[in-house]
Amino acid sequence: MNGILSLRRLRAMLVKETIQMRRDRVTFAMMLGIPLILLVLFGFAINTDPKHLPAALVAPTQDRYTRAIVTALEMTGYYHFTKVGVSEAEAERLISDGTVSFVVTIPSDFGRRVARGDHPQILIEADATDPAVASGAVSTLGTVAAQALRREQGASAPADQPGALQVVVHKRYNPEGVTQYNIVPGLLGVILQMTMVMMTSMALTRETERGTMENLLAMPVTPLEIMLGKVLPFLMVGAVQMAVILFAAKILFHVPFVGAMWLLLLGVLLFVLALVLLGYTISTLSRNQMQAMQLAFFFFLPSILLSGFMFPFRGMPGWAQAVGEVLPLTHFLRLVRAVMLKGADLTTVQPQIGALTAFVVVFALLALSRFRRTLD
Amino acid sequence: MSAVPVPPPQGTAPAIDVRGLVKSYGGRRVVDDVTMQVARGEIAGFLGPNGSGKTTTIRVMCGLLTPDAGTGEVLGHDLRRDARRIRREVGYMTQRFSFYEDLSIAENLAFVAGLYGLTPVRKYVDETLADLGLTSRRDQLAGSLSGGWKQRLALAACIMHDPKLLLLDEPTAGVDPKARREFWDEIHRLAAGGMTVLVSTHYMDEAERCHRINYISYGRLVARGTVAEVVKGAGLTTFVVEGLDGAAMIDLDERLRGAPGVEQVAPFGSVLHVVGRDAGALKASVTRIAGGAGARVTPAETSLEDAFIHFMGGAKDNMA
Repeated sequence: MNGILSLRRLRAMLVKETIQMRRDRVTFAMMLGIPLILLVLFGFAINTDPKHLPAALVAPTQDRYTRAIVTALEMTGYYHFTKVGVSEAEAERLISDGTVSFVVTIPSDFGRRVARGDHPQILIEADATDPAVASGAVSTLGTVAAQALRREQGASAPADQPGALQVVVHKRYNPEGVTQYNIVPGLLGVILQMTMVMMTSMALTRETERGTMENLLAMPVTPLEIMLGKVLPFLMVGAVQMAVILFAAKILFHVPFVGAMWLLLLGVLLFVLALVLLGYTISTLSRNQMQAMQLAFFFFLPSILLSGFMFPFRGMPGWAQAVGEVLPLTHFLRLVRAVMLKGADLTTVQPQIGALTAFVVVFALLALSRFRRTLD
Repeated sequence: MSAVPVPPPQGTAPAIDVRGLVKSYGGRRVVDDVTMQVARGEIAGFLGPNGSGKTTTIRVMCGLLTPDAGTGEVLGHDLRRDARRIRREVGYMTQRFSFYEDLSIAENLAFVAGLYGLTPVRKYVDETLADLGLTSRRDQLAGSLSGGWKQRLALAACIMHDPKLLLLDEPTAGVDPKARREFWDEIHRLAAGGMTVLVSTHYMDEAERCHRINYISYGRLVARGTVAEVVKGAGLTTFVVEGLDGAAMIDLDERLRGAPGVEQVAPFGSVLHVVGRDAGALKASVTRIAGGAGARVTPAETSLEDAFIHFMGGAKDNMA
């Protein structure tokens, strides 16, 4: 009974919070309505044309033709070869975990085939989970490569030989470039972020404004119990929202789900925990519900703009990417896209899981240290 | 109301023993060097005008506010170090209804029982509902209760864990006389069972139902003791002036105010209470002005209210 966490007291808090949540019909409707409204609103896409996208090069032989192609691709401004001379398996891992957006494979017999004029091929695999990222880069490809090759062959090249170079493009994970495939999983993150933070940011200010805080503090309940009692009921709400969105993703937008459900659930659990704790932190900082709302929005806008939801992350300037890295939504978006569209496994999304866990811990400590046990 | 209750025997360690409490807000000392003892089993009245620091003092005593200066023990626990133990043994009823209006009566009680670790929760809730006579309305939302019922519910919730000390902050504000009477009967029942009660109030009749009273003004404790002691300590003399009709009485009221020795003139129906500290000067003025106008002047007992008005006028104003 004397510890900082008694299950009996926590249970009393949870029961009370759940009942209050259920009675607040407007809020309850909002929690279910917002996902549906946003899903419909974001049915259309925002496209941009990002450049300097990281690419990996798989080229067993480094001859002059290979170098010419690589230089030409880099000259387009879309490709930036960050990993050179990697193996096929390694390249597969890089594109799967999102380190690179493209894998360019130049086969070992490329030089010989060029010399023989025997339909040389290069393979470009593009990560098309975000079609905006891949489209510009892919569209410029064919002509650029062909020109580069022709320059390299010089006078010996047969003029205008049709089909001399074949560029094979594989749009990975999202072959048709359907924007919804990218937007809808992202919406899962945005909707959770919006509702979870907003609801929990009122957790304490509502008690204060209704005059019940004084009574709550006068009773033997600990800050940890109050915090858990306030945030845990929202895990259920998050689960309901996730179900609604995934269902809509399947039925309305036919977004594929190739990954493991348990991994997605783990990600959602961590993300929602981070969000409700963030919201609770906001409520310890605010004096009234208006302030809480403003603070929640202060967090909400950069999350939408800089997380890679609205604009491709790689298209943003460095400072914006730096801000994006400290937003939970950024990491959740990477995770949900990797799991849903690429079928990534735990090892692949480990950095995201780690980041989300870190957010949970940081926000929980922040909230507890900010909680005032007295009315001073 | 009824006769002045007899205070219980002193001697055991006091339930409240605070010394030199200070609490400031924005440079203003809301509680200014308050020293106070409340004996176990006593009903202590805490009186004072609005904004005099009653609520702040009570909050310091139950650990909701940290004092800027001063020390003290509540139920033998140190005010600063043992706030958690104080919380467990004290029942605090806030001035404003502070239970959950969107929870039902039974749900509110179950919540409180859960936080105090009372098991089985159901038994405590059922018993409390039965005591309140609210069993049939257990599923009604607390927000839909009338003021009197809210107050009864709040008191019941505060004493469910059988606290040793009950702190009541203006519990009867806005409650009708019958409900107030019943409320005070309940307080006396609890005190008879050994509970110590500190209750703040504006009402003189309620003050007279306390064993001892503490009067606070502008953050300072200016008087304490039984009602008789406080009235006596004020050192006031009172005359009743009567026997003239309305207009003449109003005229008399005007002329008495400001006369030498006269501190308060208060009309009660068709009579005037004239109060002052300097008995000789007061008597001379009243005899000269009222007697000269043909009114009847008789000495009277000073009331608690007269004493309080006197304290309010006398306390140094630190609000400026």
